[in-house]
Amino acid sequence: MSLTKTLVINGLKRTIVLDDPRVTLLDLLRERLDLPGTKKGCDRGQCGACTVLVNGRRINSCLTLAASLDNAEILTIEGVAQGEQLHPVQDAFIACDGLQCGYCTPGQIMSAIGLIQEAQAGDDAERVREGMSGNLCRCGAYQGITQAVLDAQKVMRASKQQEVV
Amino acid sequence: MKSFEYVRPTTVREAVAAASEPGSAYLAAGSNLLDLMKGGVVAPDRLVDITHLTGLDRIETLANGSVRIGALVRNAELAHDAHFASHFPAVAEALLSGATAQLRNAATVGGNLLQRTRCGYFYDAASACNKRVAGAGCDARGGDNRLHAVLGWSENCIATHPSDFCVPLVAFDTVVEVEGRAGKRDIPLDQLHCLPADAPERDTVLERGDMIVAIRLPAAADRFAPHSRYLKVRERTSYAFAVVSAAAALRLDAGRILEARVALGGVALKPWRAREAELLLAGNQADAALFHRAATAALVDAKPSGDNGFKIELARRIIVRALSLAASGTPARVAALPASAFASGVTHHV
Repeated sequence: MSLTKTLVINGLKRTIVLDDPRVTLLDLLRERLDLPGTKKGCDRGQCGACTVLVNGRRINSCLTLAASLDNAEILTIEGVAQGEQLHPVQDAFIACDGLQCGYCTPGQIMSAIGLIQEAQAGDDAERVREGMSGNLCRCGAYQGITQAVLDAQKVMRASKQQEVV
Repeated sequence: MKSFEYVRPTTVREAVAAASEPGSAYLAAGSNLLDLMKGGVVAPDRLVDITHLTGLDRIETLANGSVRIGALVRNAELAHDAHFASHFPAVAEALLSGATAQLRNAATVGGNLLQRTRCGYFYDAASACNKRVAGAGCDARGGDNRLHAVLGWSENCIATHPSDFCVPLVAFDTVVEVEGRAGKRDIPLDQLHCLPADAPERDTVLERGDMIVAIRLPAAADRFAPHSRYLKVRERTSYAFAVVSAAAALRLDAGRILEARVALGGVALKPWRAREAELLLAGNQADAALFHRAATAALVDAKPSGDNGFKIELARRIIVRALSLAASGTPARVAALPASAFASGVTHHV
């Protein structure tokens, strides 16, 4: 059995032929579309390393069947920078030391972008920590991660205001 | 993971027909199902993907004032729906206290009701589990069982139902709309999940092919909105299932309780409505002594199923605390740590 899907991945329309319905979105990205930036940690929805945005919402790609998606817009870590210019969240993670080994970082950054878009946390560090609880960091860089999310949010808010002006 | 056939029906009727075939399972977000399939706990022959069916993703107020929520509404969408959250704040708080932002963005209302127990022996294919394999035995009895059931359990199964969402829902008399081979029917949420008794392999009263299409909260339930809380004790403050949780809701008139709703989570294989406590509360002045009497009444039939006797006393205290919080009024906004006993402003004791 094969399933043909159209997905928009990092702004590019891709036609994908799936030969097996068991393929998760995570395995599709990593193993079949040469997008290994999204990481496989637990593969069971517990660590958040596989976080991507589907139609603007952060989800665990390891618990999403690729077969179920049609015409979805998917944003992965490979799609967030503009050429050489990093996304404000990427910049903030570097500036705040929001990482050590870096393995969880793509998931952390995608989750942070989702969190900022959801606009529920505001400048409250406790709400940011709660909102990021689906992303584990075995190195324990949580303090830097929380600061990075708060800083990036400020930068993004300011540049949005500038656009309006 | 065992291979399976993937089918995508275009109508509810087609979905019911496809899922009525033996070996079929409905696929919504798959947050729990895929996890179970990866672990070899379940191995369906066919997945019936219902995520593309139309009309099941709406939150609407019906002419009679009840609120109908489509089975495919995502948990996050419901929790952040301003109108819904203001009418049913305890339900929104329960939703936000469960899982993670990523899972809440994916997981559906129908899927939440039908998620399986998180008993470690159910998840471990090498352990004996009567729920996974009828008649296989129960390794949780005499095993690591400090988080297991204290109400409604049997010698055959001591697992708990893990949902937070279902706890306030059952307190508010939620009705589950089901479509099946014989057409449509309503099932009160309180009667959806089965206690284990002699047949723990059966989770719910649903028959083969039955699909949850929506849930309905009765119009009367939103009168509790000013005094509604959900409180959940867990082993870490975020992304953990309840050790014990409680929903408490009151209708008050100058400090006197006109009507009360109380339900417990994490204590049984279903969301546990504590009607004895509700009866005791109604008509009386809301105070600490009354809350203690109600909590005692709610747990009168509880007994440990293993190393979990502490959950009985914990449940009593959680009920007292949830009732005190409800009496002092629903906060304008859900706390930064939803349903947490450690959230700011949730520190006073009765």
